[in-house]
Amino acid sequence: MNAPLRRVAIAVLVLFALLFVNLNYVQVVKGDDYRNSDLNERVRISSYERPRGLIMVEDQSIAESVETDGRYKYQRKYPQGELYAHVTGYQSMIYGTSEIESAENEDLSGQSDKLFVRRITDMITGKKSKGANVILTLDKEVQQATANALEGQKGAAISLDPRTGEILSLVSLPTYDPNPFAAHTDKPQKDAWANLNGDKENQPLLNRALRQTYPPGSTFKVIMSTALVEDGLTADSEVDAPNRYTAPQTTKYIENFHGETCGNGVQVTLEFALQESCNTVFAKLGVEKLGAEKIKEKAKEFGFGQKMSIPTDVAASQTGDLPDPPSVAQSSIGQRDVRMTPLQGAMIAAAVANNGKLMTPYLVKKVEAADYTTLSTTRQKTLSTPMTDSTAGEVQKMMRAVVQDGTGKRAQIDGVDVGGKTGTAEDGDERQDHAWFIGYAIVDGQPVAAVAVVLENAGKSSASSAQIAGTIMKSIIEQRANR
Amino acid sequence: MTASAAPRPAGGADPALTSVIGRPDRPLANNSRNTELILLVVSLVVVSGMSLAVQGSVLGEINAGALALPGLLAILFFGAHVAIRFLAPYADPLLLPAVATINGISVVFIRRLDLGRLTPDERIAAGVLGGDGSEALKQYIWAAVAIIGFVALLWIVRDHRTLARFGYIALFTGLVLVLLPAVLPGSLSEINGAKLWIIIPGVGQIQPGEFAKIALLLYFARILVDNRDFLQIVGKFSTLKATPRFLFDAYAPMVSAWLVSLGVLMFEKDLGTSLLYFGLFLVMIYIATNKARWVAIGLVMFMIGAYLAFLVVSRVKLRVEVWLHPFDDPFDKGYQIVQSLLALGSGGLFGAGPGAGSPNLLSLYASTDFVFAAIGEEIGLFGLTALLVLYALIASRGIRAGLDVRDSYGKLLAGGLAFSITLQTFVIVGGVTKLIPLTGLTTPFLAYGGSSLIANWLIIGLLIRISDAGRRPAKVKAPPLQLRDAPTEVVKL
Repeated sequence: MNAPLRRVAIAVLVLFALLFVNLNYVQVVKGDDYRNSDLNERVRISSYERPRGLIMVEDQSIAESVETDGRYKYQRKYPQGELYAHVTGYQSMIYGTSEIESAENEDLSGQSDKLFVRRITDMITGKKSKGANVILTLDKEVQQATANALEGQKGAAISLDPRTGEILSLVSLPTYDPNPFAAHTDKPQKDAWANLNGDKENQPLLNRALRQTYPPGSTFKVIMSTALVEDGLTADSEVDAPNRYTAPQTTKYIENFHGETCGNGVQVTLEFALQESCNTVFAKLGVEKLGAEKIKEKAKEFGFGQKMSIPTDVAASQTGDLPDPPSVAQSSIGQRDVRMTPLQGAMIAAAVANNGKLMTPYLVKKVEAADYTTLSTTRQKTLSTPMTDSTAGEVQKMMRAVVQDGTGKRAQIDGVDVGGKTGTAEDGDERQDHAWFIGYAIVDGQPVAAVAVVLENAGKSSASSAQIAGTIMKSIIEQRANR
Repeated sequence: MTASAAPRPAGGADPALTSVIGRPDRPLANNSRNTELILLVVSLVVVSGMSLAVQGSVLGEINAGALALPGLLAILFFGAHVAIRFLAPYADPLLLPAVATINGISVVFIRRLDLGRLTPDERIAAGVLGGDGSEALKQYIWAAVAIIGFVALLWIVRDHRTLARFGYIALFTGLVLVLLPAVLPGSLSEINGAKLWIIIPGVGQIQPGEFAKIALLLYFARILVDNRDFLQIVGKFSTLKATPRFLFDAYAPMVSAWLVSLGVLMFEKDLGTSLLYFGLFLVMIYIATNKARWVAIGLVMFMIGAYLAFLVVSRVKLRVEVWLHPFDDPFDKGYQIVQSLLALGSGGLFGAGPGAGSPNLLSLYASTDFVFAAIGEEIGLFGLTALLVLYALIASRGIRAGLDVRDSYGKLLAGGLAFSITLQTFVIVGGVTKLIPLTGLTTPFLAYGGSSLIANWLIIGLLIRISDAGRRPAKVKAPPLQLRDAPTEVVKL
């Protein structure tokens, strides 16, 4: 019986050889696929194995990782919850990451190339490597002041330092608590997701400051004014101010707010037209003096049409095509297809305040390793120069008039050179108008603040958006004085 | 069967008279027991290394406690070694160390799975064996029981041929063990859809199939040896003209093995066990007869059975579909095999390292059906290959024992036992690695579970008993006195 036994021995070896070959296939050939599969929970676990970096505002952490006892070692916490929700975003197992958590994920998770050397040393020394900390440009007092000023509204406010482009506050309302998204179990995440997404009316997850575009309404007249000054006008130039303006190729006329007369109804200065926000003046000048190309070009220089990462994504503001005189007339007063984000509004004000130089706005000041050594610092960059120094002076003069004598009086701050522009933007026929204000503050010849506030469907309350902007700027000035 | 008295010299020039069993060409002095001892120490070093790695990785500190478990295992394995020294001194020295390595890794890894279910604080409080509800502790106790059973078997069965006498008792026992779960109500026999348990409420459950496997093996060996000559001449198609009586006698064993397998499949819904029984019978009839046509007939019958099962038993159909397309339904039907592949793939070449993977993701079955995949994540392809080599070593040394031993019954039994380890490993490892459709069988010595551990240690006991017989040197009887050497007797007158 030895002969068949030997053959059985061969069969045994063949069976083990089959297992061996198949195991090679599974673990080596297909290994990478399985290792990185979306179905593989290990991928998730490993991202919770080490502490993720902090997101900091000054000396305060607004997102941190705390150790837990569960299957996943670390859990994300947002100590300030709603206040910074649209800045930090969330980190969710199910829904991924958003905002800074997403944009700075490589640094926060420690996967970034910047941390390569550290990862190697940590591996050798056996230390648990940590993610890098992200320090934001925000000012915690200003952020709080912005949130307080905006409280109870639906809309957004964003402020920045015109000289550097640093974003000082960013608030979008209504907001949400990102903490449930950081839960290690499915239910809190899914409940929060269902609640927030189910609220179609308020859309708390929408970052209105960066990702929602609104018709800019009369705030667009700042761009128009810039273009007009560059085209040879000055603040004191006399311009036609009819009660109604009917563009060529249409019978529909444009009139002023509530059909009011602008000044004497014949001719006003350009400054007065901006101060009182005369629609007919800008519509007529847009069609008869500037034309579609110049308007589009100027808007582009201010940043329209450009998607930005600050490093969170910013929606592109747009002017539309302006194909014919009627659309040029409507676009000149910020209606029709013209849309912009609140950030874009603040950038317009910032460029004017900063004597024509538009700094690239940014939200991340620097990235630090866990031991607080700096890994990278964001360099200040000029995004564009949409106007000359002298043009800026003229536009500042006109915007100052808006706040001193015109529609933006409630943005006034004692002893501070505040300029601004209100806007009431139509949002379709059904709904109430959006109330805009963009403005800046110059202290001792230094532009210290630029701000944009939009109150969604707030009706004709651009005055209150001016007031909110004033409060924010006051807070920035106070903080500057304290430094 | 009597062993031939091979007239070969043993140790010297004297012609030897061999004893009934044993090989005449083995010198008496070297019985390989020291080799076994050294290999056992090596295997314990491997197990200790794994235990230290697990503790370092899971608890974050390495202390003497990590050696407590290997220490406890050492007591068992050295106990088994000492028993072999006395009870089977000539046995193959590779079998025990190979089994001890796998069993040791099993206990340490099940301990690792226990730790994986605990929070960090609970881990520190859990101590060496994890206290209540710890599977590692139970597995250790089962290993102890299994090794006591192993020693008892060597003690009681001094000559494997005596087992041949119990052929029909074995058949009866085997059938009872097989059938019991089928006739018991589901509440006393069904776990996760497979009706192959005997559940004693409040006490625990045993898997009688594991023991039936041994009983049936003993029976197969007996009847196949008995009918060997007869079975060798049938099977040719020319003999199909034979009398019905002849046909019945010739085909009854094969048909009954087929029916038992089919019955297990239909009534106990257990594809793995069914495959195991029938596969064992096929291999044994082949060894007994050296006729490949029996294997051919068997395979045809198996395919018919498998096709019937595919049509009738929805569970079998499901298994095949899931095998072909596991990623079609990765969260439900394909869940287990998908998780198994993800674990194996995540292990890659070198593995995450003992204690550094996430084997608990394999859910409830990480310590039982999927233990091979679970450990594969941590020891990688290299580690699993080493494990497979150990299984192949056990199986091949088992067959070696069959080649060495001189009686047909021993050869057949050793071949069957060795193949049972092979087939069981192949079916479950092939299942969790998606080589073949997944069926529930235990991975010998590695999976959590007392029945399997005890049954497989008994199989090793039998193999050691047979290899001892095969390797035992012939007893050299004193040569008969030659007249010329005899002292001259002084006869007083």
